[in-house]
Amino acid sequence: MVSVLRTAAAPLRRSLAVSLLAIGGRAQSAFSRHFDSGYDPSPSNRVADGGKERIVVRNLSVCYDKRCAFENLTGEFAPASLTAVIGPNGAGKSSLLKALAGVIRPTSGEVVCSALARHRLAYLPQQDELDRDFPITVAELVALGDWRNFGSVREVPPGLATRVHEAVAAVGLLTIIDRPIAELSVGQFQRALFARLLLQDADVILLDEPFASLDESTTEDLLHFLQRWQGEGRTVVAVLHDFDRVRQYFPSTLLLAREPIAWGDTSLALTPENLTRAQKMLSPPEDGDIGRAA
Amino acid sequence: MIGQLIELLIGPFETFGFMRVALVACFALALANGPIGTLLLMRRESMDGNVLSHAVMPGAALGFLYWGYSLAALTLGGVFAGLAVASLTALMARSRPQLQNTSLIAFYLVSLSLGVMIVAARGSQADLMHVLFGTLLAVDLKALVLIACISSLTMLVVAALYRPLAIESFDPAFLRAVGGGGGAFRAIFVTLVVLNLAASFQAFGTLLAIGPMLLPAAAARCWTRKVWPTIALATFIGMAAAVARLLMSYYAKRPSGPAFATGAVVIYGVSLLAAGRTRLKLKGL
Repeated sequence: MVSVLRTAAAPLRRSLAVSLLAIGGRAQSAFSRHFDSGYDPSPSNRVADGGKERIVVRNLSVCYDKRCAFENLTGEFAPASLTAVIGPNGAGKSSLLKALAGVIRPTSGEVVCSALARHRLAYLPQQDELDRDFPITVAELVALGDWRNFGSVREVPPGLATRVHEAVAAVGLLTIIDRPIAELSVGQFQRALFARLLLQDADVILLDEPFASLDESTTEDLLHFLQRWQGEGRTVVAVLHDFDRVRQYFPSTLLLAREPIAWGDTSLALTPENLTRAQKMLSPPEDGDIGRAA
Repeated sequence: MIGQLIELLIGPFETFGFMRVALVACFALALANGPIGTLLLMRRESMDGNVLSHAVMPGAALGFLYWGYSLAALTLGGVFAGLAVASLTALMARSRPQLQNTSLIAFYLVSLSLGVMIVAARGSQADLMHVLFGTLLAVDLKALVLIACISSLTMLVVAALYRPLAIESFDPAFLRAVGGGGGAFRAIFVTLVVLNLAASFQAFGTLLAIGPMLLPAAAARCWTRKVWPTIALATFIGMAAAVARLLMSYYAKRPSGPAFATGAVVIYGVSLLAAGRTRLKLKGL
């Protein structure tokens, strides 16, 4: 009797084990989908032509309440292009970058860029949007760039330490690799964030005023990374203020003043007439609205 | 002499079961409050935590109104009210980010007054004092099991999701770009905070529940900037303060909740001053 029961129980136990494993697997994939969609350890999920990725915008507008940061932007950031976004204060430059990065939802229009869905888009906000008091060291900050290889819950892959070391060396911070970020100067912190971008290995890189309040040598160093990224086939868009730098380093320019003034080759976009027009678009400031522009 | 001292320190716990239960409850709460408080500070959300601690009150008061001192009713009511206010503040923050602190204060005032009105409608002055300041010595075994469960769950979740919970507060845009589900982690964290506040509320009261969560962590942060040492130290401070609190209420026969909060503030102040001075010395000033 007992042996009969035991024989009957064996397949039952097996099927129970199988179904438990299946439930476990299902739960794990559901978890990954909801919490950890960026985890993608496959050696490369880049598109065939070397990661070249365009960003197309159609009729894009971003408005806060009734006031628009910018309106009716239509155009394309070409694959492997290096574009400067310039314009007067309050022209909507940062809002444009945020919309491209998917940080804010556009009020109307659309952004077409597959890098965002594939988590191959890197966005560097202005420094004051980051919490510099956060207890994290340079090495840890840079290691975050490799997120898709460990995700929210998985173990850190072997070789990460080496790659972090290389990236930190490339931006020249090796002597302070173990220092908390609270002790870094503005320039050093920006270098560390660039090292994180190196590890992130994105197809599209969006930088919001990456050289604001940096000294000459740091700016020069970091500008070379932008050129290098373009050479590697990445699409780079940066908000800038310095016209001379734009003319020297950026092949394309988008001149923005709540609406596009000019978009194309830097030499054609940055004409004195266009700059005057851009200034006029935003002045005189509407009364009561000072300081509200994003 | 030393024997007498030990007798003074251990005697009450040896003699009375309710003192032991209260002590274990405080230890369990301190274990969960260490990591939660540290994360709250790292995320710069101490204000949100404070509002949530009051948000628990009207729910708990409703539970009290209909079912009296039923632990399940008080806790469930508190958790629901806390989560409701958490989602409301999140909605407000999205539509009017400039007014976030102001709307948080509005929520805090509304919760507190609603809670007081509900308790006053049915209960006595003593009931109100119990809800506001807690009754640590009334914690029974059932309540202890509940506290222990919430505390264990909290530690498990924090251990499993520590990486995204921490990074989300530092650079949410980055986490979203690399595919970490930012909003989901925020929701999980807020739920943990509300659960722990509901667990703390019988021991510390709704007015003071945020104290044992934030103050030990704030004091610990003065001594170290690294995260795991902060959590460990915060847990230790929380436990030490709980022992001191229980002994004080035993010997001085005073309500212990406010005494605990005052003591914790003193520890925080001393840490601020002392640790500040040591750090200056280390830098050679």
